[in-house]
Amino acid sequence: MQQLTNRSKQVSNKEMTLAERIYLPAIAHGMAITIKHFFQKKVTIRYPEVKRYLGPVFRGRHVLKRDADGRERCTACGLCAVACPAEAISMVAEERQKGEEHLYREEKYAAVYEVNMLRCIFCGLCEEACPKQAVYLRHDEFVPVFTERDQVIWGKDLLVEDMNNRYLREAWTKEEAHAQDLKKAAGAISHVEPRAIP
Amino acid sequence: MEDNKPQVIKITFDGIEVEVEPGTTIMQAARRIAEADSSQHHLVPPAMCYYEPLKGSGGKCRACLVKVAQGSAKDTRPMPKLVPSCITQVQDGMVVENVTNPAVLEERKGIVEFLLLNHPLDCPVCDQAGECHLQDFAFEHGSAKTRYEEERRTFEKQDIGPYVQLHMTRCILCYRCVYTADQITDKRVHGVLGRGDAAEIGTYIEKAIDNDFSGNVIDVCPVGALTDKTYRFKNRVWFSKPVDAHCQCDKCSGRVTLWYRGEEVIRVTARKNEWGEVKEFICNTCRFEKKKTSDWVIEGPTKVQRSSVISANKYRADVIKKPDFALKLAASQYKPIDDSRPYITDDQTIRELSIENNNKANQRSLAEKN
Repeated sequence: MQQLTNRSKQVSNKEMTLAERIYLPAIAHGMAITIKHFFQKKVTIRYPEVKRYLGPVFRGRHVLKRDADGRERCTACGLCAVACPAEAISMVAEERQKGEEHLYREEKYAAVYEVNMLRCIFCGLCEEACPKQAVYLRHDEFVPVFTERDQVIWGKDLLVEDMNNRYLREAWTKEEAHAQDLKKAAGAISHVEPRAIP
Repeated sequence: MEDNKPQVIKITFDGIEVEVEPGTTIMQAARRIAEADSSQHHLVPPAMCYYEPLKGSGGKCRACLVKVAQGSAKDTRPMPKLVPSCITQVQDGMVVENVTNPAVLEERKGIVEFLLLNHPLDCPVCDQAGECHLQDFAFEHGSAKTRYEEERRTFEKQDIGPYVQLHMTRCILCYRCVYTADQITDKRVHGVLGRGDAAEIGTYIEKAIDNDFSGNVIDVCPVGALTDKTYRFKNRVWFSKPVDAHCQCDKCSGRVTLWYRGEEVIRVTARKNEWGEVKEFICNTCRFEKKKTSDWVIEGPTKVQRSSVISANKYRADVIKKPDFALKLAASQYKPIDDSRPYITDDQTIRELSIENNNKANQRSLAEKN
């Protein structure tokens, strides 16, 4: 029959040659391709021991920053909560008492600050609304997997920054981040947990 | 024969003609325009110190300065300087320029800067944020940046009596609270001490404001200088829900606004009209002591302007009726057709007129090209 396209291959029933008949050369060729991949760089990573670099502007979990003296920056102004499209943030304000000046920067502070991580859509509007540079979304940490409902609402115990392991975003490009990771892995920056290199 | 009929004065405010009674101020005339047509609300000059229910208030903050382009029909000269609209009385045939004059808007920018010189800008902490007149004024008329580098004057916060707290740092010296104490209560114990840069609101020797109507100074304060101690840091204004309510009270009208957080009344204030002014002052018992829903008869939710942050997160998105921008624009640019021209049916005349019009159009386009 006349071929309308030239895509289909014409089959022939011609006799195979000796080399083709013993199969071994074809098997060897196939094995060579397979074995070649053993020596190539792997495309997969061993998550969760190894984590991929997410970029400097990745929006992960929230952190409530402290200032250089270790005082909480948040003043419970409520702008993050009013900006939040998912209504995930709630807070209760409290007046700073005398003698607490080393704990809180402003006259007023958030006694309770809760983020519902199930509601949160990680849009970063709270970060933008904050007039005191208190709330940030970490670029290097996710919200971990949870199994219970009460693990979903994060209070101040989880959100407030640890002064011994401060959250700093020094790297703004992939190269900078890579260089920093190398430093951390080598132990040049000791106070930060070494993060895996992609 | 004396004419005892009330005369009517005609003035032009931003191109809008309005008839008012003699003795009206420019500010009041502007408010009459906005009351008649709510779309002209933005024309009304801002007021920081002027408070219609308080006699003698106004003329201090200079926020409401306007240009009078024509003094009156008899004397058509413009007034040499910008005049405060809240204390300047109208004259027949007066032409006032407010937002139509760029010099006025530029002046207002300067006024904002002056008012903010010693203002701490601690809005994230301040309880007044969200219903603060200075915040609105600075947002609408001010510039985003400050040029002020010197140290601002600061004061310790003071407790005036058991209910009112004074943050002198935030005060803009509008004198409203002084007039309130003079006119609403029967004894005033606070006032403005010092002069010029050193002027401050105070009680001289720490004295408590102890009067049944003393709480009203909180409502009249345009900034967060006088705040409710029972409401201090309880909640942000825009997270609480205002509800109109009334009760039987032998001292005041008992008509108030309750501010709810969930089921709990966290604050009671007097009702404010669209200019942020209280017409019916309430007593301290209503304001500070009746903080249970069972004390009140609920009338319904307070009307809050859509532009206000207080309305944030209060209504479902599908029930909010947004103004149709296109319709508004069309309405603002609509020109009525001139029907005074004679109606011509004669063919010959129409032909001649059209030729004439064509010639005119050709000449116009030629003139534009050259």
